[in-house]
Amino acid sequence: MGQQTIKMIASNELLAETLRLKNDGYRLVAISCSSKGGMELSYSFDKDYNLITLRFPTDNIEKIESISIIYPFSFLYENEIKELFGVKIKDISIDFNDTLYTIPVKTPFYEQKEEK
Amino acid sequence: MSILSMSKTLFKSMLHGPYTVLYPIKKKENYERTRGKVENDISNCIFCGICEKRCPTGAIKVEKARSAWSIERLKCIQCSYCTEVCPKKCLSMGNQYTSPSFDKVRDEYVNARVPDHTENN
Amino acid sequence: MGKRTVIPFGPQHPVLPEPIHLDLVLEDETVIEAIPKIGYVHRGLEKLVDKKDFQQFPFVAERICGICSFMHGMGYCMSIESIMEVKIPERAEFLRVIWAELSRMHSHLLWMGLLADAFGFESLFMHSWRLREQILDIFEETTGGRVIFSVCEIGGVRKDISPDMLNKIVGILNSLEKEVKEIAEVFINDTTVKLRTKGVGVLSKQAASDLGAVGPMAKASGLDFDMRTQGYAAYEKLKFKPIIETAGDSYARTSVRIREVFQSIDLIKQAIALIPEGDIRVKVTGNPKGDYFTRIEQPRGEVVYYVKANGTKFLDRVRVRTPTFANIPALLETLKGCSLADVPILILTIDPCISCTER
Repeated sequence: MGQQTIKMIASNELLAETLRLKNDGYRLVAISCSSKGGMELSYSFDKDYNLITLRFPTDNIEKIESISIIYPFSFLYENEIKELFGVKIKDISIDFNDTLYTIPVKTPFYEQKEEK
Repeated sequence: MSILSMSKTLFKSMLHGPYTVLYPIKKKENYERTRGKVENDISNCIFCGICEKRCPTGAIKVEKARSAWSIERLKCIQCSYCTEVCPKKCLSMGNQYTSPSFDKVRDEYVNARVPDHTENN
Repeated sequence: MGKRTVIPFGPQHPVLPEPIHLDLVLEDETVIEAIPKIGYVHRGLEKLVDKKDFQQFPFVAERICGICSFMHGMGYCMSIESIMEVKIPERAEFLRVIWAELSRMHSHLLWMGLLADAFGFESLFMHSWRLREQILDIFEETTGGRVIFSVCEIGGVRKDISPDMLNKIVGILNSLEKEVKEIAEVFINDTTVKLRTKGVGVLSKQAASDLGAVGPMAKASGLDFDMRTQGYAAYEKLKFKPIIETAGDSYARTSVRIREVFQSIDLIKQAIALIPEGDIRVKVTGNPKGDYFTRIEQPRGEVVYYVKANGTKFLDRVRVRTPTFANIPALLETLKGCSLADVPILILTIDPCISCTER
């Protein structure tokens, strides 16, 4: 398999790093989020079978910029993360406002209380 | 310009006859590896409860005090994970499917034999 | 400027195998734009990591979708094996490749039948699915199930195939190849099929790469991208070249998928000739710790598995990014400018598998 690298960045460097990768010719593969043991977002990009992941820790209070100005079709990933985890992403190009999956429970993948 | 390209296939299927089986008059035989339903050889079972812990859906219930082993047929997903972890190899996978039913079916097997050297009270 | 109307398409439609909803904005029968809405089959399967431990999770992973079910189980098991650094025996790798290529064949034959049904050619639809039945019988005889196999586990595979059965598979594939050739000729040469698919929904190479299209959708536009060339799970010992077309319309996508069926038959015959003797599984003890990205090639494109484990027997996170999720933006782009009667054909050319998309 090609190589996989994970790069830790700070949340305000996100737009600068993605613009640099876009000019290099990378394409967006996936945006993932995991919430146990601290919430963190991972943005994965690929070119010629090499995978680069930008990762930064966050919480559901800080507002994060959307990358849909650089990669216009990342709106599906960001709407899903906003609905399931409650991360506040602003300025998405098409914002569904929590009606993508219409689940009756709010943010089911992130528990508000401190339990497993 | 090709308009009658399907004619060869259609002609062959007219001569061949039906490809399907006339169910329920004739039934198709299941293969020997088909995963139909779980069966238990109760005289060898030691009621250790490993199958109950490993079942992904929780369909199996084991009661050691009563020597009873029961399985809820409509919850079982026929994955045969229990047949692999059983230490005495008394669980096996038969190749006939459970018949459809209206409500939940719980099959229970009880070992009514009492060993010779124990008291019966 | 003509009058604009909005027509809802789906979720129930005779041509769709699974529910998806599109709001089509039309101006006098030409589509201007489309707004998607998904979420009809969302079951929240990724939340089950809280309740099922990592050895019971392959059974959940392979029930994400019915058509690509083996590859989901295989991808999950490969991720856990990479985290725990377990090397599985070679015979198990070859067996996984044989089942994976048979899965690819049955998925493409199902798709060919659905495409024929979309433009009303019902006898072609029935014949494609009749050929698919022979592959499902092979699955039942070797693994025990027609659609959900439950044969992949962490550390190898659970059932073995005897040499007699392998020779029988080669015999079935030889006769199947002749029959698929007859059906394929109808798709490639028939005039009515060409009228409905040539020039419809063109996606240029630059647009495909900007939108992140994967699988046969990208291969038909000229992008050379196939994860099998990276050589996971015994693919490095097999010789093949990815199939590329440059036209970028629906006819090219049909042609790519039909040629992939023949390529899969060839790969299975190569794998059966090279398969070594040996064990099929390896015992795995302990709990995984760490995280990993695995990418494999499903019939519809590239799928990404992200597994994060923390040292106990329950995992932290399993994330599956399926190829249909990445092809939806490409669909929205090709729909602009087509006429209303072409919309079902275009939705089917991305091969939508919505239950994979929404897990």
